[in-house]
Amino acid sequence: MATSAPRHPAAPRTTDDGTGGDSSDAEARSAAFQAAFDAAVAADERIEPRDWMPDAYRATLVRQIAQHAHSEIIGMQPEANWITRAPSLRRKAILMAKVQDEAGHGLYLYSAAETLGVGRDELLDKLHSGRQKYSSIFNYPTLTWADVGAIGWLVDGAAITNQVPLCRCSYGPYARAMVRVCKEESFHQRQGYELLLALSRGTEAQHAMAQDAVDRWWWPSLMMFGPPDTESAHSAQSMAWKIKRHSNDELRQRFVDICVPQAESLGLTLPDPELRWNEERGHHDFGAIDWTEFQEVLKGRGPCNEQRITQRRRAHDEGAWVREAAAAHAAKHSSPAATREGRAA
Amino acid sequence: MTQTDRQTQTTAAALALGDDALVLSHRLGEWIGHAPVLEEEVALANIALDLLGQARVLLSLVGDEDELAYLREERSFRNLHLVEQPNGDFAHTIARQLCFSAYQHLLYERLAHADTVFTPLATKAVKEIAYHLDHARQWTLRLGDGTDESHTRMQNAVDALWRFTGEMFQPLPGLTIDWQDLRDSWTKTVTGVLGEATLTVPTGPQTGAWSAGAGRQGLHTEPFGRMLAEMQHLHRSHPGASW
Amino acid sequence: MSETPAQNRDTGADSTDWPLWEVFVRSRRGLSHTHAGSLHAPDAELALRNARDVYTRRGEGVSLWVVPSAAITASSPDEKDPFFEPAADKPYRHPTFYEIPEGVKHL
Repeated sequence: MATSAPRHPAAPRTTDDGTGGDSSDAEARSAAFQAAFDAAVAADERIEPRDWMPDAYRATLVRQIAQHAHSEIIGMQPEANWITRAPSLRRKAILMAKVQDEAGHGLYLYSAAETLGVGRDELLDKLHSGRQKYSSIFNYPTLTWADVGAIGWLVDGAAITNQVPLCRCSYGPYARAMVRVCKEESFHQRQGYELLLALSRGTEAQHAMAQDAVDRWWWPSLMMFGPPDTESAHSAQSMAWKIKRHSNDELRQRFVDICVPQAESLGLTLPDPELRWNEERGHHDFGAIDWTEFQEVLKGRGPCNEQRITQRRRAHDEGAWVREAAAAHAAKHSSPAATREGRAA
Repeated sequence: MTQTDRQTQTTAAALALGDDALVLSHRLGEWIGHAPVLEEEVALANIALDLLGQARVLLSLVGDEDELAYLREERSFRNLHLVEQPNGDFAHTIARQLCFSAYQHLLYERLAHADTVFTPLATKAVKEIAYHLDHARQWTLRLGDGTDESHTRMQNAVDALWRFTGEMFQPLPGLTIDWQDLRDSWTKTVTGVLGEATLTVPTGPQTGAWSAGAGRQGLHTEPFGRMLAEMQHLHRSHPGASW
Repeated sequence: MSETPAQNRDTGADSTDWPLWEVFVRSRRGLSHTHAGSLHAPDAELALRNARDVYTRRGEGVSLWVVPSAAITASSPDEKDPFFEPAADKPYRHPTFYEIPEGVKHL
């Protein structure tokens, strides 16, 4: 017996079962559901799609998973920008496979969001109309080939730091999607690092290209962890719900500590004069992040906001006739699908 | 024919087949981020990756894969005109896939059964290509027999690309293949799919005065030069660099 | 299941949203198919092909099932007690229920 329904009711079955009962009964039931939910979260159990959950928990998940899915598909663009110019066939194959993975990851995540009762078309519509966001990092342009490496090393590195704890997120479908994503993403970061290493050890021009890319991507990568804990709008509640496991600043610090020795091995420097080891804290200190820039990009005034959404909408709009055609074909030939493909075995 | 002649012919054939796969892979790669639906992003990239893998094996039979891909001039490429045609709309891409995959599948099936330097690659690739052909067929059926708009677009695409299909059957020296038989089988496959898709098999010529064997001789269509310019620019900007 | 698929409620989005399919992958022979995720496709044939591309890119599977999500009937958590608790009080279904004298093998 399946325990998770694929298309889930937007609202859980709680008090509106229409079987009567006065309002105090309903309240009591609601309190019991809340208590069961809280207990499950406290016990580190997973919440599954058809379990009762608070509306705000559902809304937070939809917002976060959708944003995550949107980031995967918008994130295809800056790297796809270099597929046709990749300088060796080996690099070209790697890059295509990586961008393809991002499409796949978007797909896993949209399907996780759909378990909460929202359709993908609805989410895409919100992306296209600017009502839902994606990670601001993808509003920066990829100006040189080295940017592909910097994205792999720093952007994917930051994403992995964020994502690994999400594999233990309290919402089952999201956690399972993240397990799959994280498994596949390990190659993404490595290929970026390897790409930069080849450039750093290459000609003078290649080395300069690599350093320039790291200079441009370092700070935006740090911003990927979100605003400081003191200003983060959603953090505390998300942590209580175990959607989030670590604070923004904690994860950012972890990332900086990981990157410093990696940069050294690369033979590249990180563009922060204040970056140094703090013996007392057992962590690296680093300079202040320019949150004004972050806010500007977030508000749509980054270098590529307009371009990214325009391309996404264009692809979607230009594909409309294809989707319609396939739907029309399916409607015309709607003999029992399973029998045409052969029985499950 | 001397041993050297045979070797030269094999090299030329490997180059022609390798260029077909390389160029088509590049064109499909241009779709990434622009596909009509997320599932199709993944599917098109899969096909592009298969083709790129085939190209790398074939070019490596000739020499250094990157030197061949990035440092040859347009006139030295030996691919078919069909594969270098710009993507156009999704219908054009699917029509191009149908025509080429049907050809490549029949060709590699034959190569897989002959005992040549191509046998190991062909044996592996023929399974990939079977999937490419199936993908093209599935979409041809849906676009041809979908909406009025998709039917028109698909018919236009097949009509537009038809004149590039004759070139595929120009015998490639070095491959012992019954080319007429291959052509007959191709026609049967493609007309079968078109018919099932409620499309009309074009009546126009399959070759033009210019396109008869031209790609195989290094005479290409204009869009190909720009494709190469984009593909080769970075590699050529850093002579001798490794990546 | 009484729930209908979440239809698109927003204006401006497609009226031809492809239906959702659940994907089950048999990772190797001898194992049963396991739920891997879902995807959209206009029909079963494309659903199967998309599933191949999306869920078995790294050789994760030897066999696939796709099932229209709408065709799945799921138990409700509300029915958890009547559905699953009776099973919990039938310990005689489990081998550990039975005490076997020490030294008896192959049982």
